[in-house]
Amino acid sequence: MLEVKNLKVHLDTASGIVKAVDGVSFHVKAGETVGIVGESGSGKSVLAHSLMQLNPVPPATYPQGEIIFENRNLLDLKEKELRKIRGNEIAMIFQDPMSSLNPVFKIGNQLMEAIRTHQSMSRQNAEEKALELLKDVGIPDPKSRLNDYPHQFSGGMRQRVLIAIALACQPKLLIADEPTTALDVTIQAQILELMKDIQKKYGTAIIIITHDLGVVAQLADRVLVMYSGRIVEEGITGDIFYHTSMPYTWSLLRSLPRLDSDIHQRLKSIQGQPPNLVDPPKGCNFSPRCPFVTEQCLEVDPSLVDRGNGHRAACILSESEYEERKHEIQDIEREGVEQ
Amino acid sequence: MFKNKRNLLAAGVLLLIIVATITASLWLKFPPTHIDPEARLLSPSGKNWFGTDHFGRDIFGLTIVAARVTLFVGVVVALLSTVLGTITGLIAGYYKKAEFIIMRIIDGMLAFPALLLALALVAALGGNVTNIIIALTFAFWPVMTRIVRSAVLQVNNIQYIEAAKTTGTGDLVILFRYILPNVLSPIIVQGTFIFAKAILAEAALSFLGVGIDPSTPTWGTMLQESQVYITIAPWFSIFPGVAIVITVLALNMLGDGLRDAFDPHKKNQKKSTKKLFRNRKQKYA
Amino acid sequence: MSEALLEVRDLEVYFPIKKGVLKKTTGNVKAVNGLNLSVNKGETLGIVGESGCGKSTLARTILGLEKPTSGDILIEGESILNYSAKQMHRLRRDVQMVFQDPFTSLNPRMKVSEIIAAPLKAYKMTDNIEQRVKELMDLVGLKPEYHDRLPHEFSGGQRQRIGIARAIALKPKLIVCDEPVSALDVSVQAQVINLFEDLQKELDLTYVFIAHDLSVIKHIADKVSVMYLGKMMERSDSESFYNHAQHPYTNALLSAIPLPDPGKEKTRERIVLKGELPSPANPPTGCVFHTRCPIARDYCKENTPQLERKGNEEHEVACFFPIEKGMVEAGSENLLR
Repeated sequence: MLEVKNLKVHLDTASGIVKAVDGVSFHVKAGETVGIVGESGSGKSVLAHSLMQLNPVPPATYPQGEIIFENRNLLDLKEKELRKIRGNEIAMIFQDPMSSLNPVFKIGNQLMEAIRTHQSMSRQNAEEKALELLKDVGIPDPKSRLNDYPHQFSGGMRQRVLIAIALACQPKLLIADEPTTALDVTIQAQILELMKDIQKKYGTAIIIITHDLGVVAQLADRVLVMYSGRIVEEGITGDIFYHTSMPYTWSLLRSLPRLDSDIHQRLKSIQGQPPNLVDPPKGCNFSPRCPFVTEQCLEVDPSLVDRGNGHRAACILSESEYEERKHEIQDIEREGVEQ
Repeated sequence: MFKNKRNLLAAGVLLLIIVATITASLWLKFPPTHIDPEARLLSPSGKNWFGTDHFGRDIFGLTIVAARVTLFVGVVVALLSTVLGTITGLIAGYYKKAEFIIMRIIDGMLAFPALLLALALVAALGGNVTNIIIALTFAFWPVMTRIVRSAVLQVNNIQYIEAAKTTGTGDLVILFRYILPNVLSPIIVQGTFIFAKAILAEAALSFLGVGIDPSTPTWGTMLQESQVYITIAPWFSIFPGVAIVITVLALNMLGDGLRDAFDPHKKNQKKSTKKLFRNRKQKYA
Repeated sequence: MSEALLEVRDLEVYFPIKKGVLKKTTGNVKAVNGLNLSVNKGETLGIVGESGCGKSTLARTILGLEKPTSGDILIEGESILNYSAKQMHRLRRDVQMVFQDPFTSLNPRMKVSEIIAAPLKAYKMTDNIEQRVKELMDLVGLKPEYHDRLPHEFSGGQRQRIGIARAIALKPKLIVCDEPVSALDVSVQAQVINLFEDLQKELDLTYVFIAHDLSVIKHIADKVSVMYLGKMMERSDSESFYNHAQHPYTNALLSAIPLPDPGKEKTRERIVLKGELPSPANPPTGCVFHTRCPIARDYCKENTPQLERKGNEEHEVACFFPIEKGMVEAGSENLLR
């Protein structure tokens, strides 16, 4: 349904050109949930915004690539045609539910406007539809809440309203950019449950962008791991978590503080800091921090290599070399602990 | 900030005026003391570029020399208001109890239009350079206090102030090492604007005849003297007027340029991109 | 058992709500509402709660940045609330703080060396100050040759290291850490958590470690306290806490954290709490949690549970119907008897 081919997005900043998205290809099938995981600065948010062409131009430029959505290249469309797609066929929800709603309009009006922008419908029908949507996203007493203003809603409720607005036209694709990052864990759990229910009911494809591998493990069918503007590993969720074939994903998974680990277990941290995107390291972007690093990694920029079953990883090590090196690292660590 | 041509132009014009007026006695062909009763109210010519006045003085020389007092008044007023406003603003922004008293006084002062306040003061004190400076400082520093206070309130909420407190740093150090450097940009910008406003105000007061004694040439006194001759010798009014306009315009441009240069969002494009994204989100959500 | 370094007794911190032109006080936000805790030397106490539970207010009150409405705070057995400004200044040497946001907690116009030297200067410890700053930078894993850089030249993780160097400069006894890793990139969180642990061993530090994330706390804390609406819901040593959390709220928190493990995620039983956090200006009667509790009964609406010892010696719960071991795993239907 959505296919992104070799997309590049550059941001022209005072300190130089930032290759925020640097040659990214992936696809999303109808009804599927795809998780895009990455740290801040990995380009995941810019990527999500470029799917809807929401990156302000300038500083953003699109030097290369295609975004094919239902046989149309979104990069070729005019603003007017894009507007027909935004909110109607592709909808988006954001991290900050506070600033995503207009504070001076009632929730009901904002919802009805979203409905009537793309569908010709009488006010009354739109209101009925709005009520139904609020009910669907689990807002208690939806009738009276239609007349409330955004500030009368809590953070979690606002995010529900935003999901309702996003669902207003029954989009085929919902892009959720860190939808639960600003929320408390108990509220996050509610919203994640809601998103699962929504998908079941509406059959919408979801792209969920997050830094939280736990959220991805819970929601996603397939996962894309991003690091410094590139996809470094891609595969079905099980493969990414259990058959990791890329040193960054592997190190990241090991470094996470986990609830299912032992008390006081020491974390296996990744050394160094995320790279500077204006002046990225030579060779593989992860090489300065990579425990697997070889001399070749400092020279060769790896591309995604197929590891079967749709699993791709950007690492110059072959599968056997990777496994061998992994065991070596674990052995060294074990010895370190014993000493 | 001088990458911007507009800022460069503004700074260049100001520098030119300042250098010209300071070195005037070295190169002026007709110093303003040169009176020639034969050559009264001559129109601009190759000899007298800006024409002559009713005493036959060269208006070009007069305009250049008059800049001295005018700019002196502007600079001193700007500096004094900045110092006074910064100190009161820092205190009002940092100490809750002092805030109430200081801000009520400032509000009272701001209730009068600045020019009217200055006018009344000069009328009471008498018109000379010192009194004009006192009056204009009095009229302009409350604005500075307000601006500094609100900037301090903002900075005071940022965590590094709290962090400094928890490490046992004293109030004075916090005020001058932590808060002042972070509110300096609005102070400098506002200082530039006060400079411009003071020039205008001095001219206005002198024009109204309550300002500096007409025997001291300033752009304001020149305008005042020239108004009688405006129909027969318009150049007498035009050139000091143009001088005021150019100087004030340059100062305002410089102030705007400084504001942009200090704005971290403009300096750091990356941050401004983020902000843009946020606005975008609101639009399309 | 060693002596308590920090003790908080019946602490209440209320913020008046002012309304109208005359700023009349119309009520109070009960940010901290009757809280007891103690931390022994060399221990790490983890305090967990969602936003609005009062954990940050608690931290600020311990640091003397907020005035408590009532109750007492003792450091090494001595009440600090009636300290003079001079005594407070001396106390600040012993109690330091690490802030959540490494971007706003450093003065952008000061060089790294000046930031780290600021506490030393405040206490006139200026002998060999340059050497000391370099040692501190080395200790927290920053290259000493970066000493004359400005904060914006560093990434989030490195900036948090600068904040930690500033906090340990005076060799404090207690460091209060308010969500010190939640603003950091996932790939650097582990580094900073490990740094906290290393420094604790090296410098014999005591931490009050505030976080919203129970998995971070699991790696660092010896004892855990859970706060909800300004009150303590459960407190225990980590062992007993993570083995068998008893309060329904704690169980909900634990089950709400997504695990980075799709297999476990699929089979896991989850308690999803209904509703939202009530306003701390107008907390519910009885047990403050009853409005969201999956197993609340009418009794809970009228009676306020106190922290009581249940089972394990060190394990206390403020709940009339604590959850027994195995109940969550057996499925949430069982909770709703």
